[in-house]
Amino acid sequence: MALLVDKLRPRSLDALTYHKDLSDRLASLAASADFPHLLFYGPSGAGKKTRILATLRALYGGGVEKIKIDARIFTTSSNRKLEFNIVSSVYHLEITPSDVGNYDRVVIQELLKEVAQTQQVDLSAKQRFKVVVINEADGLSRDAQAALRRTMEKYSANVRLILVANSTAGIIAPIRSRTLLVRVSAPTQPEICDVLAKAAKKESWKAIPALNERIARESGRNLRKALLMFEAVYAQNPEPSEKTPIPPPDWELLIEQIARDIVRERTPAMILATRAKLYDLLTHCIPATMVLKTLCFKLVALPEIDDSLKPEVVRWASFYEHRIRLGSKVIFHLEAFVAKFMRIFEGYLVGMDF
Amino acid sequence: MANFFDNKARAAAAASSSKSKPSELAGPTPALLPWVEKYRPRSLEEVKSQDHAIDILRRMVNASNLPNLLCYGPPGTGKTSTILALCRELFGPELMKHRVLELNASDERGLSVVRERVKQFAGQHLVNPSQQYREKYPCPPFKVVLLDEADQLTSDAQSALRRTMEIHARTTRFALCCNYVSRILDPIASRCSKYRFRALEGGQAAARIEEILTAENVKYQQGVIERALQVSDGDLRKAITILQSAARLVGVGNLESNSRAPKNARSVTEDSDEEMEDHDQTGLSSGSISISDIDELAGTFPPESTDKLLSVLKKGNTSNYNRIAAEITDITASGYAANELLSSLYSKIVFDDLVETKKKYKLTQIFSEFDKRLVDGVDEELVMLDMSCQIAGILAA
Repeated sequence: MALLVDKLRPRSLDALTYHKDLSDRLASLAASADFPHLLFYGPSGAGKKTRILATLRALYGGGVEKIKIDARIFTTSSNRKLEFNIVSSVYHLEITPSDVGNYDRVVIQELLKEVAQTQQVDLSAKQRFKVVVINEADGLSRDAQAALRRTMEKYSANVRLILVANSTAGIIAPIRSRTLLVRVSAPTQPEICDVLAKAAKKESWKAIPALNERIARESGRNLRKALLMFEAVYAQNPEPSEKTPIPPPDWELLIEQIARDIVRERTPAMILATRAKLYDLLTHCIPATMVLKTLCFKLVALPEIDDSLKPEVVRWASFYEHRIRLGSKVIFHLEAFVAKFMRIFEGYLVGMDF
Repeated sequence: MANFFDNKARAAAAASSSKSKPSELAGPTPALLPWVEKYRPRSLEEVKSQDHAIDILRRMVNASNLPNLLCYGPPGTGKTSTILALCRELFGPELMKHRVLELNASDERGLSVVRERVKQFAGQHLVNPSQQYREKYPCPPFKVVLLDEADQLTSDAQSALRRTMEIHARTTRFALCCNYVSRILDPIASRCSKYRFRALEGGQAAARIEEILTAENVKYQQGVIERALQVSDGDLRKAITILQSAARLVGVGNLESNSRAPKNARSVTEDSDEEMEDHDQTGLSSGSISISDIDELAGTFPPESTDKLLSVLKKGNTSNYNRIAAEITDITASGYAANELLSSLYSKIVFDDLVETKKKYKLTQIFSEFDKRLVDGVDEELVMLDMSCQIAGILAA
């Protein structure tokens, strides 16, 4: 049985429930002969991918949904073999070049040129061009983005690019100026409640508006997360009520526990105890940035932390997050943050300047 | 051969031939061409705002001689366009294919390329044009290698160029375009005559954009051109691309609502051109570009939101944390990029007379630090929150 998120994903532009004017714009773009390169950006769980798939459907019809997965092998200039997965239909390709790390330029150059130089052979196809969807475009290296620049102009007869990114910060200006920017903002809480109510109706579950509201608030305006939480609640309790607790993910629980521990006891022994937990999180593939960010927000939310201390906590979290990006061993920086926090909190309690 | 030196006659002949050119160049699908390509200057005269450089280049065309060139300046000021126009005037459309090699960052451009492709091209024999053709264009006896985005060349590749430039000096000229002249090796720079391209002046850029918009029959509200130039920082290419995207969005909606046949719709817009002023208030659906469209397409952070955030920040960060955090959460959820927030805050604060100069010094330090962090790819939400808290701390101090 498919998850709610996949099962209820809207297939066409008409079926999208929020950002109506954006859907209208996409529909009219798809209907016109002149479809530009697009850059979708917005926070995760806002519905970027759903909108892209719906736009593709509007462009080509149902054929885009028949997808297959190929593994292609690319050879770098130093004769290293790269295996790379491509999701494709007859009309479009979907790639995640940041999978291959530093070698993304090779993939971009070879694959795009190959696609761009072959024309659409299917005469019944609605469009003369193929679409290449590039996921995590903000993770592309500068080289790969520079390689895109000219390709986008030169081969625009045969290929259109749709870039997906969380933010435009990682995209170089020349690419930004060659694409049509589409901002997909996160749904508001009432909009999430609306979606949840519809989902409940479809599954013929009992609708509880108060619970929906709580889920919407807890999800941080992330629709995917909201739907997953919604499903989890109903899976655990066959008869949920307004007060049913929403089970948070276990890694969040662990981080919350760390936060409470380091506020309670500020000793070297506690740093050692925290190290085990941090390692536990890292080995479960929780990204270090996520750990640090969540830890920071959990700390700030604790009642023991005074308002005047909060900017300081955020400041150091941001500082060590930067270090995580630059450094190679993440655990150092996580621990450094824990130690730093203990230091400034202790200093605050004693009334010392830190 | 007698009229080889007769530049006037040749210019006239070239002009008459270039008149027929746009129709054939535009090809079967003119609408699909980006405006930037469609309205790229075809002759030196059409290049705006760079009088000094154009003057010298014009004299070189007349003398049919060329040194190695190095054009530098901010993006979108017409460096590549100038060189291409120059080549077109020198060689004409036919010969240009054989005589000009264009290399830019999308091509593989390591050491090996400079060694092989450039050397091979430079070593080729010249194809002599027919007598007839020579009457129209000067066709001087050398080839041009255009290295676009030359500051992206590795320093190895640049050193490989040094000797190549001299050995082939008899038959080949190099034209380099770059944004930062400091990234070009000194030995290369000293072999070229340098031209600085200034950022376009508002008046001329606006006139050019107006020309294009009129040619495309696009309606726009007052102030749109100014806004487009403002968000693009004097980069004419960016401004034009933004306007084209905007025209697509509103124009396309127009086609659908008016009629199925695009030709009809186009004539409709033409007719209503005079009533543009009346249309202004009806907003987006009427099919004219509005200022908010430009903001949305450029991805800039809206000024109203900046003001709102700033008013929160001015209250300081000691007891105000929750309100700042709420603002930032909201901004993150709306999907605005941190670098846009940074630059709009920067331009607001630095030009705010109410902020003391001493504070501004400290603030610029913060801005530079956070810009660096963003380039390093840190988490945006955390960085925005930290930045806002620190700014608030300084503003309220």
